[in-house]
Amino acid sequence: MAVPILKQEDVLIAQVQAILSDDDLNQLKDDLSNRIGRARSRGVIIDVTALDVLDSFATRTIRGIAYTAKLRGANTVVVGIQPDVAFGMVQLGLSLEGVETALDLEEGLAFLRNAANSRGPRVR
Amino acid sequence: MSAEIRVPIEHERDIVTARQRGRELAAANGFSSTDQTLVALAISEIARNIVSYAKRGEVMLLALEETGRRGIVVIARDEGPGIADPELAMKDGYSTAKSLGVGLPGAKRVMDEFKLETQLGKGTTVTMKKWVR
Ligand SMILES: Nc1ncnc2c1ncn2[C@@H]1O[C@H](COP(=O)(O)OP(=O)(O)O)[C@@H](O)[C@H]1O
Ligand SMILES: [Mg+2]
Repeated sequence: MAVPILKQEDVLIAQVQAILSDDDLNQLKDDLSNRIGRARSRGVIIDVTALDVLDSFATRTIRGIAYTAKLRGANTVVVGIQPDVAFGMVQLGLSLEGVETALDLEEGLAFLRNAANSRGPRVR
Repeated sequence: MSAEIRVPIEHERDIVTARQRGRELAAANGFSSTDQTLVALAISEIARNIVSYAKRGEVMLLALEETGRRGIVVIARDEGPGIADPELAMKDGYSTAKSLGVGLPGAKRVMDEFKLETQLGKGTTVTMKKWVR
C-alpha cells in the first residue's frame, strides 16, 4: 500500500498505513525527496500512528529519509509511535537517532513551526 | 491445540504476512498486546534475514501448551548459505550487510527462548519461543 503524502503549507505529511512493506518505504523515500524539491517544503512529518511494528529495516529507512530530507533543506519529525511499538524498539535496541519525534501530528507541526521561525525566512 | 501455520518466505511482502500471522496466533493464545508486538517484531527480523541472506525459506508458527503454561513457538528455516561464525552473528551491531546488526540478538532479547542452528552451505534454523505472562 503506497503511502499517501499530503501537503499542508510548507510541510509534507506522510500518512503511513497499517501494513507497510519494504517497497512502500523505499517508494516513500523517493516520493518525499522529489516532493520536497517541488513543493519547497521545509518540514516532513512521518505519521506512524497506524503502524504496529517498527523493525530494524523500517527504522533504518526512516533514518535515511530524515537524512535525505535534511540534505534537501527540510526537517523530519516522526509522530505517533505507539507505546507497544516504542517498547519493542527499545527491547530490540533500535533508536531513531538523529530524527525528531513528537507525540502526534499537532505536536509535530508545532515543532516544525518553531524550527522554521528560529531559522528565519527562507531565501529564494 | 491449533494446527501449525506455515508461511513461505520468498518476497519481502511475505515478511509482513509472517508477522501478522504471528501476531494473530499470539493474540488468540492470550498474549498481551505488548507481547504480541514483541512476537511480531522478532518474526519480522528473522523472516527478513531469510529474504536478505537465504533468498527463501519458511516460517512455521505453532501454539504451545504445557502443564501450567501456554506459549508459541516460531521456527524459521532456510537452506541458504548458513552462518560462518554464529557467535559473532549474535553480537549487537554485527552485520555482513552493513545494516544495523540487531536482528538476531534483538529477537533473542524479545523472546523467552532462542536457538540458532546453522551449517555452512546447508542453511539456518532459528527456533524461538515466548510464554504467556
Ligand atoms: N538466515 C540467515 N542465513 C545466512 N546468514 C544469516 C542469516 N541470518 C543472519 N545471518 C547473518 O548474521 C548477520 C547478523 O544478522 P542480524 O543480527 O539480523 O543483523 P543484520 O541483518 O542487520 O546484518 C547477518 O549480517 C548475516 O551475515
Ligand atoms: Mg537482520
